[in-house]
Amino acid sequence: MNTDNPLVLGIETSCDETGIGIVRGRELLSNTIASSMDEHARYGGVVPEVAARAHLEAIVPAIHEAVAEAGISLHDLDAIAVTSGPGLSGALMVGIGAAKALAVSLDKPLYAVNHLVGHVGADILDPAGDAFEYPTVALLVSGGHTSLLLVRDLVSNVELLGETIDDAAGEAFDKVARVLGLPYPGGPQIDRVAASGDPKAIRFPRGLTLPKDLEKHRYDFSFSGLKTAVARWVEKKRDDGDEVPVADVAASFREAVADVLLTKAIAACHDYDVPRLLLGGGVVANARVRELAAERAQAAGVQLRIPPLSLCTDNGAMIAELGAQLIMNGHAPSTLDFPADSSLPVTEIQVR
Amino acid sequence: MLLVLDSSIGTSVAVVDLERGVIAERGEADTMRHAEVVGALIRDVLAEAGVTVDELSGVVAGMGPGPFTGLRIGIAAARVFALGAGKPLVPMVSHDAIAADWYEAGGTGELLVVTDARRRERYYSTYSDADTRVQGPALAKPDDLPEAANRVDATSVSAGALGMVAERRYAAGLPFPADEPLYLRSPDVTLSAGPKRVTA
Ligand SMILES: [Zn+2]
Repeated sequence: MNTDNPLVLGIETSCDETGIGIVRGRELLSNTIASSMDEHARYGGVVPEVAARAHLEAIVPAIHEAVAEAGISLHDLDAIAVTSGPGLSGALMVGIGAAKALAVSLDKPLYAVNHLVGHVGADILDPAGDAFEYPTVALLVSGGHTSLLLVRDLVSNVELLGETIDDAAGEAFDKVARVLGLPYPGGPQIDRVAASGDPKAIRFPRGLTLPKDLEKHRYDFSFSGLKTAVARWVEKKRDDGDEVPVADVAASFREAVADVLLTKAIAACHDYDVPRLLLGGGVVANARVRELAAERAQAAGVQLRIPPLSLCTDNGAMIAELGAQLIMNGHAPSTLDFPADSSLPVTEIQVR
Repeated sequence: MLLVLDSSIGTSVAVVDLERGVIAERGEADTMRHAEVVGALIRDVLAEAGVTVDELSGVVAGMGPGPFTGLRIGIAAARVFALGAGKPLVPMVSHDAIAADWYEAGGTGELLVVTDARRRERYYSTYSDADTRVQGPALAKPDDLPEAANRVDATSVSAGALGMVAERRYAAGLPFPADEPLYLRSPDVTLSAGPKRVTA
């Protein structure tokens, strides 16, 4: 196996994107994504069974497409990498079954890797500059997760500082969008209507930021209370026969989310004396989250990195890259026996 | 020579050949471990058969019917193995293996094959002989299953038997089913009726 510049195919099926990525060392050759997002729109959220069915239909065409785009043959590969968790278990299992079969059919080593750490690894593929040095704090926010990590080394030392104790931030966007009568997915919709709103119009609560909460949940997030506060506020308006100022509600809600995300992320940088913050996950598509991150990072003297959106949303390239990094650092492949682990802890970067 | 995967109940993997019969077969009866075991079962069955990937002429996938989560893993593995090996995928109805086993053991006449579909329902197919499925696969409540002279309630599917049916069908020039999982049920979701009130 080429361990200096390995050619790795990554398979990601933890949520609603079937991602096939191909990398050679630190170079991105293909980032092919088939999304079932449209199929979930009518349900207002990701339906696990719908997502898993879509993975099964998409996986072979996506591999074909990725291989063609990368201009390689499957036999050229040095290894296969696959997300084994965390994520939706039925969805993960499709990718795992496929990855194991591909590894055996090609007689190639297989690396079972952690989805969240994969998000951090995506930074290496960012064409806009050199990847972050470690340590770095990583804030990963999507419809499926909201996690704050301290990454001392990508392949050997990742610590979970905090995560959401209820809804993921992306979920809160979807739910608030529904309350406001906006379609799924909520993130881009809220972003769109919030553009003309006043973020200071309504002071919505910032979850887990009171001194008593901070003791136990310094880096944890909670968006359930915020979501309910927005719904209650909107209901009251409607009950009173007033028009709901949709733009102001959206802007104020978005501000509350962005504020709490960045306050905690910058606090972690400060507490651990780490002057680097990496953002990942689909919520970085949100204009205000990016803007506030830039403001707060600059004020705190923290360097900020936000990879392009195609590398921030769930994708196979980040999984391939984490596999490549494991290989370049001399890590042995996984066995063929690993299970899907829907709650795989972030400290398990690779599952043997 | 065919590699055969079926995960419609447990996980069963075999290498078969029209002339040599079932060359190797391995399985895991546990209905919750498909994703864990499928890779090692393929590797081990090929090793036991002493067959290389290049020597295969196709990859058979048991398309079900079966509970979705497990069923999908075998189909995903079969499709992607076929892709990696550069061999054609051969879809098969999993119930055909159960019928083949029964006729092979000396059964004659009409047969009803029944497997568990969970949620107090059954998957079923009816056969007039080992190579002729008359009805199904379909889904029914236990009381609504069709009448037949003989009935088998199966709790496992043999990849070896499934592969031999595939070999015979191919030799006889019979058609194969579509490359589609036999879920026989729509995804279990309800459309939301809009946001619920949070205040009374
Ligand atoms: Zn993700």
